[in-house]
Parts: sequence; structure tokens; C-alpha cells
Amino acid sequence: MSLEAAPLDMKTQVPAKQPDSPWRIAIRRFTRNRLAVIGLLILVVMVLFCVVGPWFSPYDLLEYDVKNKKNLAPNAEHWLGTDKLGRDTLLRLMLAGRISLLVGLVATAISILIGATLGALAGFYRRFADTIIMRIADVFMALPTLPILIIMGAILSDLKVEPKHRVYFLMLILGVLGWTTIARLVRGQILTLREQEFMQATEALGLRDRRKIFRHLMPNTIPIIIVTATLGVAGAIIAESALSFLGIGVVPPTPSWGNMITSANSLIDFRRRPWLWIPPGMCILITVVAINLIGDGLRDALDPKMKK
Amino acid sequence: MKQYIIRRLLQMIPTLIGISILVFAISSMVPGDYITAKNSPSMTAEKKAELRAIYGLDKPPVERYFTWAGNMAVGNLGDSLQHKQPVTKVINTYVWNSFIIAFFSLIFSWIIAVFTGVLSAKFQYSFFDKMVTLLVFLCMSLPSFFIGLLLIKVFALELGWLPIGGMTTAGSKATGWGYFVDVLEHSFLPILVLTMISTGSLTRYFRTSMLEVIRQDYIRTARAKGLKERTVIFKHALRNAMLPAITLMGFELPALFGGAIILEKVFVWPGIGQVYLESITVRDYPFMLGFTIFLAVLTLIGNLISDVLYGAADPRIRLK
Repeated sequence: MSLEAAPLDMKTQVPAKQPDSPWRIAIRRFTRNRLAVIGLLILVVMVLFCVVGPWFSPYDLLEYDVKNKKNLAPNAEHWLGTDKLGRDTLLRLMLAGRISLLVGLVATAISILIGATLGALAGFYRRFADTIIMRIADVFMALPTLPILIIMGAILSDLKVEPKHRVYFLMLILGVLGWTTIARLVRGQILTLREQEFMQATEALGLRDRRKIFRHLMPNTIPIIIVTATLGVAGAIIAESALSFLGIGVVPPTPSWGNMITSANSLIDFRRRPWLWIPPGMCILITVVAINLIGDGLRDALDPKMKK
Repeated sequence: MKQYIIRRLLQMIPTLIGISILVFAISSMVPGDYITAKNSPSMTAEKKAELRAIYGLDKPPVERYFTWAGNMAVGNLGDSLQHKQPVTKVINTYVWNSFIIAFFSLIFSWIIAVFTGVLSAKFQYSFFDKMVTLLVFLCMSLPSFFIGLLLIKVFALELGWLPIGGMTTAGSKATGWGYFVDVLEHSFLPILVLTMISTGSLTRYFRTSMLEVIRQDYIRTARAKGLKERTVIFKHALRNAMLPAITLMGFELPALFGGAIILEKVFVWPGIGQVYLESITVRDYPFMLGFTIFLAVLTLIGNLISDVLYGAADPRIRLK
């Protein structure tokens, strides 16, 4: 009895001696949020579906069979039917998902890179740098985003950018237009952080500004950045799909969920061939819901004060 | 207060100049102009050059910018090339069609959001609350065009209850009541989609704000006085919970007059968003630029209004 009881006692004492790290607390809070965990599971499945899925497909996008396989309804061989060129819709859906997810991720990464850096500079140096950067942010915030995106998309079409490269331009445009939110948040945080005692310590140590900003201030803003980035990916995916639906985002032959829905523009496809445009729409919806759930869970887990 | 408003209005000027430079620079990056976009084969090279001179398209971009910005400063947005009318007139013609949809969806989404938000805060963690939370996430994640298409497919094509698109039935000469019903039927789906999209985040907003208020001491006092629960929630708590939401009112301004570009395309609604989309395709610069600036001004004024409203509603906030 006593032998068994001893280790148990020690176990219960361990957490008291060694408090959990903030990250571990955050992870525990996140996993307790059922909706967020469901969101994460859905997203993982979706990513696997798009990234790994195509390897299991017996078809090839370059294999056209317009004669025999045009516009087939879903059947045992083609689970989601085929399109007007005889391509397997399921395979296109998975490949389109790769593009859509990638555009969302990279566009957000660009926004974060620009926004966090500029926000940190504005918050750290204040005065002149702050005024200039935040003025520019004001300009970007008052810009009507969708119209600007449409104009930029039209420019890409006019410049006859190759569909392959167009995806990169789209990421860049979406990324550059979205930096203001994160810049404001990071700036706000840094403004308060820089007055705290640990910053006096870095001053006393004679650290360089670069080191102060990137090693001591920025790590403290990571929670905010993670949350905003997660929600940003969802927004970027929606923006990409809307643009591609208008025909000025990702353009064929590169498939994306948004441009697959354009087949709904033809009345016959819209009416009689729902397998062409409903699955990509559902994919967008499910992915974005999942990401939003995760983002919300992260917000609760990382920074309860931020909840608004 | 007056001083504050004046200062804010003055601060808008540099922002607007920045926006106008940015927008103009982007649009002058577009290769081709209205003449090339029209691409009529009967037009000779001389005729094209002549037309370009008339429209002022032959001048260098910097000069064009100053002419345009100078005219805009005195309120002249120029003439739309496509509509052969002043830009302001074109905006005035189409903006009200967009306004109808935006206005009604605004009202519906606010009513729905207030009620569901308040109730799910009141019954926090109940089944109802969980369902609302899930629905809110769904609404916040809807790609508008896809939901629009789906609804058209179900309600217009399959069930045939509602028209497919447009604002009135083609060829219909109905007036008065008949016209009203016709427009109502056509606007039902666009309003529905727009309401769904905006209700999500609003509900969330009201729920959190209500949760904060409900835990305060004066609510306990109100209950202790023996007031009916309904009075406590809707009279005492809701008033304070609505306060931060007033700021949202200002932000709705651009949405009211800006048109919903994608939805209008999906529902073939003759609103300003569709006209705008078309102006980009045919390179109708005066309209495209003018309307973009119009939207930016609306956004800036909307921000100002929300700050002023907040200060007016909450005496603890001092505007300086």
C-alpha cells in the first residue's frame, strides 16, 4: 500500500513545484474547447484531402477524354462526375484545394510580415515613424478592398500574366492589402510593452534596437499574431474565391475552388450539373468555418482579454 | 465637440490625397484605355487619337492626375465615358437600388442579432446558446456568391417560388402595388443572403457585450428590486449593452451605399456594384476612380460618425 501511494503523492506535488508554461496552459485551454478541436480536426482532414488525396486518384488532369467522358454525372468511377473536358471533378477539387489553401496561407504570411514589422517599428520609435506608418495605414484602411482587388485582377488579366505565375501575384496583392489590422494590433501592444521593466533591463544592458525589437518585444506579440493570422487565412481564402469566381483571381487551367464555381455561370451547368460547382463551394464553406472555429479557440486560449 | 469634428475633417484631407494618388497610380498601371477596350473595328487610328484627345487620355499620367484631382476638389467627378453622363448622376441613378437591399438587410440583421445575442447571453451555455454560436460561425464563414447561387438553385430553379434574378420581371409594366410586389419578390433572396452574412458577427458582438453587462451590480440591484426579468434584460441591461454597438452604425455607412459587387452580379441586381464592375471591364476611368473615392470618403465619414456617436452616447468618453 505504502509503496503504491508514494509515487502518486509525488505526482500530485510536481505541478505545484513546477508551474506550467504559458504555452502548455494555452494548449490545455484550446483542447478543452470542443468546437475548436472539431475545427482543427476538420481542417486536418481537409488539408490531407487536398495534399495527399491526388496521389490516390487514378486520373490525370492532362488526360482529356472529351468524346467519351464529357459531363458525366457522379458514378462509381468518377465519384463527383466529370467536367466538360472529361476531367475528374474530384481530382480537380483536391488540386484546387491545394491552390486555395496555399493562396490563403501565403497571402496571410505576407500580411503578417509587413504588418508586424511596420507595427513594431511604429510602436517602438513612436513620434515621426509612428505618424508616417499609421497615416499610411489609414490610407490603406479607407481603401475599398474588393474594388481595388478587382482592379488589380483586371490589370493582371491585361498584362497577360501566365496562369501559373498569376497565383503568386494574387498572393502578393492579397497580402499587401491586408497588413493594416496586424500592424495596428502589434503597434498597440508594443506601445505598452516598451514601458515595462524588462525593457529598462535591455536598456541597461545596452542592447541594440534591432535586438530589443525582434528578440524582446516581438515574441510578446506572438499570441496576437497567431490569432489574427488564423482568422486572416479564412478571410484570404474567401477573398481569393470571390475574385476567382469573378474570373480575375486564379484563372484556368490552374484550378481553384473559386474558379471551379464559375461553371455555375452557364445556365445548363448551373441547373443540370450541380456536381461541378456545389462541391467546391462546400469545400470553401467547410474550410473557412473550421479555420474560424480554430481562430476563436486560439483567441480564448492565448489571450482571454482580447475576446470582444 | 465642434472643434473635434472640424479637426477630424481636416485630418481626412491628407488621407484622401494619399488614397487618390494610390488609386490613380493603380488604375494608370492598367494597359489600354476606354478606346482600346471598346475596340470597334470601324474606328481609324486618327479617329482614335482624336477621341483620346477629347477625353484627355493622351496626356501623361501625372498631368491627368492633377486635372482629375483638381476637378474632384471642387466636387466635379467628371463624366462617365460609358454612360455619357456625369459620374455623380450615374451614382445617383444606381445607388438607390443597392441601398434598398443594404438598408433592409441592415434592419433585419440588427433585429435578429439583438434578439439572438441577448437571449444566448441570458441562457449562456444552454443548448440554444450553443446552436447560436455554431450558426454564427457558419454565417461568418459564408462565401456570399456561393450561398447566393445555392439559394437561386433551390428557390428559383427547383421550387420556382422566386424569380432567378434582376429587379423586376422583364417586360412587366406593373405600377403601384404590382410593382412593389414584383420588386419584393426579386429582392427577397439578395436581402436574405446579405442579412445572413452580416448577422453572424453582429450577434456575437451583442452576446459578448450583453454578457459583460449582465454580471454588473446594477443588474443585481434591479433584480433585487423585484423587477420583472424582461424589464431587467431589455430595459436595464440591453441599453448599456447597445452602447458599444453604436460605433458599428457608422461603419455600416459604406456598406449602405457601396453596393454589394459580387451579390449584385450573382442576382443580376441593377445596383451600383454591378455598374462599378462593368466600369472596370470597359476602362471607364472617370466612373471607376470617382466611385472608388466616393467609397473611401464614405468609409472615412463613417469612422468619424461612429466616434462622434460613441462620445455622444457614453459621457465617460471625452473626444479631444
